[in-house]
Amino acid sequence: MEKRIVLNFPPESTQKPVIYDIVKKFDVVTNILKANVKGDQGGRMIVELVADAKRIKEAVKYIESCGIEVSTLGSKITWNGDLCTDCGTCTSSCLSGALTIQAPDWKLKFNPDKCVACKLCLKACPLHLFSMDVFG
Amino acid sequence: MEKTYEEINEKIRKGKAVVLTAEQVSEMARTMSPKEILNKVDVVTTATFGAMCSSGAILNFGHATPPIRMERIELNGVPVSGGLAAVDTFVGATDCNPQRPDYGGAHIIQELIDGKSVVLEAWAKGTDCYPRTHIKTNVSLETMNEAILSNPRNAYQNYNVAVNSSDRIRYTYMGTLLPNFKNASYSSAGELSPLLNDPECRTIGLGTRIFLAGAQGYVTYNGTQFNTSKPVNKFGVPMGGSRTIAVAGEMREMNSRFLRGAYFEKYGVTMYVGIGVPIPVLDEDMAARVSIRNEQIETYIEDYGDDFKLIGTTNYAALRSGEIEFAGHKIHTAPLSSLARAREIADILKGWIERGEFQLTAPVRPMPANRSIKSLEENL
Ligand code: SF4
Ligand code: SF4
Repeated sequence: MEKRIVLNFPPESTQKPVIYDIVKKFDVVTNILKANVKGDQGGRMIVELVADAKRIKEAVKYIESCGIEVSTLGSKITWNGDLCTDCGTCTSSCLSGALTIQAPDWKLKFNPDKCVACKLCLKACPLHLFSMDVFG
Repeated sequence: MEKTYEEINEKIRKGKAVVLTAEQVSEMARTMSPKEILNKVDVVTTATFGAMCSSGAILNFGHATPPIRMERIELNGVPVSGGLAAVDTFVGATDCNPQRPDYGGAHIIQELIDGKSVVLEAWAKGTDCYPRTHIKTNVSLETMNEAILSNPRNAYQNYNVAVNSSDRIRYTYMGTLLPNFKNASYSSAGELSPLLNDPECRTIGLGTRIFLAGAQGYVTYNGTQFNTSKPVNKFGVPMGGSRTIAVAGEMREMNSRFLRGAYFEKYGVTMYVGIGVPIPVLDEDMAARVSIRNEQIETYIEDYGDDFKLIGTTNYAALRSGEIEFAGHKIHTAPLSSLARAREIADILKGWIERGEFQLTAPVRPMPANRSIKSLEENL
């Protein structure tokens, strides 16, 4: 499986080679999708982990044990679903497949795990129903 | 067997009319002939919920004491028409203040429908009969006289599909078009769309009663850019944007679930409008028309990255599958108009008719038969 997570580095933890460690220790393939980590200030990184569910779980546990807060990417995106008209306009820019609309019900579905934080939906939704705080 | 409007209305009054949505009847037509459909079904409800830029509202504010002949008018800072007598205005959906391009007439119309008040500010030179030169006050639907949604061009019959062959992103009224054919957007409700179920406007004409943003409204005229000259495919469907309708209705009876102010990035303000049109199944020809299915509704693919060139054709079944193939590209497709909300409108209209709350109207005057559209020549 693949899982996309956000690592929130506090300033003091950035010295640790966590990404190297999880590749080595847990045999998890990692894909850094976006990173903004400054040595002395901490920061955030979006990583895709590819492995079986068990190894991903252990890797996430390890990252947390290094003092790095882990969250799923979706928690950084707000979609104001109550006002959504299910027009589907946002799905046209979402090539990662996080936003989909299809038969039979043609209602917008949002899957935060697939989001790569490209931000295109922020401008694409004509009702401005997305906001994002990834590197805010 | 043929049916008249009066016979259908008599059934509606008695609660005996058989009403189906256009999607239901299209499904039924897979196994039934037009003759059988004519015998079984009286009315078909069609609907659309999409961005319709050519929309607006006629408002009358009432006179203040002392009175003012409003010549320059702003609502929530958005300049609106000062060209209608003393206290009338027309708020165009796309009106906006260049200082704040993502807020405009459509948002003001939605806020009024939501019961909110907006700030009216107006200026005048002052005359003997209208001495006042300035006014600033709150207005709402409660304080106004008339508030009539009045849209010059809605419910386009068919529309092109937009793609972008260039190497930069295009922000358009067809949404965000990614470079190198990465996506395609389409805006019609397909087999549920009003004017695709009556492609020659046999039953839709001046005076046709419709669902308009939650209220019972009317078709008031042929819409602007009404065009009957587009090629027709073998299923009788005009290719690309063709006929349109002008509509009007009472804003106080509307609901913003079916009318939304919207902003397309780097394009501007527009308004989503929900429209439902009942189509009487008068004869076999109409029965065949309302049976149209998505795979039979074809439209052109237009390249917004290269001078709006028409570069191919596709159909709504393919568009709804999520991917179309074109010149070796697999293009991800996405709608711009809400099928879910259009279905909701078709169901509400069906309910109104089944409960006898909504009767059909024969056109007071039919739509024009031969119309093409002109482009603007520069001749100075
Ligand atoms: S940020 Fe990008 S990937 Fe995430 S939901 Fe929006 S468009 Fe999709
Ligand atoms: S573009 Fe906005 S309103 Fe339309 S489906 Fe997406 S989130 Fe909903």
